[in-house]
Amino acid sequence: MHLKELQLINFKNYESATMHFDESVVVFTGKNGSGKTNLLDAIHYLCACKSFINPIDTQNILHEAPFFVVQGSFENNDKTEAIYCGLKRGQKKIFKKNGKDYERLAEHIGQFPQVIISPSDATIILEGSEERRRWMDSVIAQYNRNYLDKLIQYNRIVAQRNAGLKQGNLTDELLDILDMQLPDKGNYIHAQRIAFIEQIQPLFHHYYEWISGNAEAVKLEYDSQLNNQKFEDALLQARQKDRMMQYSTLGVHKDELQMKMNGFPLKKYASQGQQKSFMIALKLAQFDILAKEKGLKPLLLLDDIFDKLDEQRTTALMKLVSQQHFGQIFITDAHVERVAEILRGINCSFAHFLVEQGSITRNEA
Amino acid sequence: MNNYPSTLLEQAVNEMSSLPGIGKKTALRLVLHLLKREPIEVANFSQSFTRLRNEIKYCTECCNIADQLVCNICSDKNRDRSLICIVEDIRDVLAIENTQQFHGLYHILGGIISPMDGIGPSDLNIDQLIARASSGEVKEVIMALSATMEGDTTNFYLFRKLSDFAIKISTLSRGVAVGDELAYADEITLGRSILNRTLFENNFQK
Repeated sequence: MHLKELQLINFKNYESATMHFDESVVVFTGKNGSGKTNLLDAIHYLCACKSFINPIDTQNILHEAPFFVVQGSFENNDKTEAIYCGLKRGQKKIFKKNGKDYERLAEHIGQFPQVIISPSDATIILEGSEERRRWMDSVIAQYNRNYLDKLIQYNRIVAQRNAGLKQGNLTDELLDILDMQLPDKGNYIHAQRIAFIEQIQPLFHHYYEWISGNAEAVKLEYDSQLNNQKFEDALLQARQKDRMMQYSTLGVHKDELQMKMNGFPLKKYASQGQQKSFMIALKLAQFDILAKEKGLKPLLLLDDIFDKLDEQRTTALMKLVSQQHFGQIFITDAHVERVAEILRGINCSFAHFLVEQGSITRNEA
Repeated sequence: MNNYPSTLLEQAVNEMSSLPGIGKKTALRLVLHLLKREPIEVANFSQSFTRLRNEIKYCTECCNIADQLVCNICSDKNRDRSLICIVEDIRDVLAIENTQQFHGLYHILGGIISPMDGIGPSDLNIDQLIARASSGEVKEVIMALSATMEGDTTNFYLFRKLSDFAIKISTLSRGVAVGDELAYADEITLGRSILNRTLFENNFQK
């Protein structure tokens, strides 16, 4: 899948801009605040119907402008598809494919997959286990609709259970009934997460070795209370504790995805560059899974990717992503020449755009 | 906005805007409208609410809202007294009555179990339901509650309470809506319809 053309009107700091991308590797360089990431965000909008930075749509309109429009034309197996995204203040955002409105945005999401790697991914490593579950869930849900459905139902039951435990008036009788409904959903979620980790682990190792030059051993470990006990029995055993703690202490909502380096927790013992490498390898593995499930190569958006990486890893990464294996990639960097030099060094052809306060020029040099 | 020329007007507006979904401006418009009507009309209007609140009764059998101690449906001799349909509130009764497909009695729970909203089994009319079920007159109960997690929880709860009696316990079927094109049916519903498919010959009985 290739994005051939991108057109912006009043989007973030762009009054109007048009770009054509014939190459597979596209580089945006410019100073801080010039709007490099906003270009990736515009592409993200076309694929996922939302920003990856700011969830409030209206705040993505140029200051004091009445609307924004992002348009793009994708090429997929020689077929061209024009996507239109428009938002007027005070109105619903509108998405069109080849001029035809979508009734629901959900119909659009998933047709043009993308994987974004940005500095904000660090939260997946650094924050609580919720962030890691959210990441797992979001990837699995992209290829398994049933999973999301079960997850929503599961969370609803846990929320009701917690509310009851907190009020302290939940009878054993009612607790029985709530608990009866959990295992079916919980066991499904557990099984899908195990399958996902099994699938992603070898891909992840492969990419990490490539980027790091085999410098460290990394591992994903899926920790769940359900790994070695039956949900039904464990629920009953945990009941007294649940009543005391006034919340549900057992279930897949307590799962953890351990990230380890040389056997130690990544969060505590790895350097920032190692953490970044870890995250990149994980996202590239996610790319592979999505590509396989969807049958087409997602767009790869690399935001400020060289931040914190050393020269060796940077070069290894560029060699990796410029291979045919990946489809089209978009890279931002604050340094004007750095990426260009690396790419020239590995004989990779690319398009280079210079970004300056909302205006974009193609660098033909 | 708060400087009304009359405290009577202000009071009326405040009362009107205490209703859900009614803001100050709408309240003022409605109150001014009432002011234009004949005094007798407005008296009837306000009296109807006073009487509603003071004189309404709850049917001693099905817990529905009624004028007498026993509601019209429960006192109707032509209805099948062996069949009880359990619903959440009176709106569901009206909806099912409109189908003209049901000729049994109802039982109004007055809500569904939802700890998040502070509603437990003891807040619902479940004791009355048990009493009816134990009378021996009832052969089948139909649980007609919302197809949500809370509805399911309530169904399970009632099922446990009622399973001691020799009563058939059924629930509404869930599946593709009449007149729906399959291509537009949501996946969960359609998936369930396939799992719970029915024998074609049963479709003729009606």
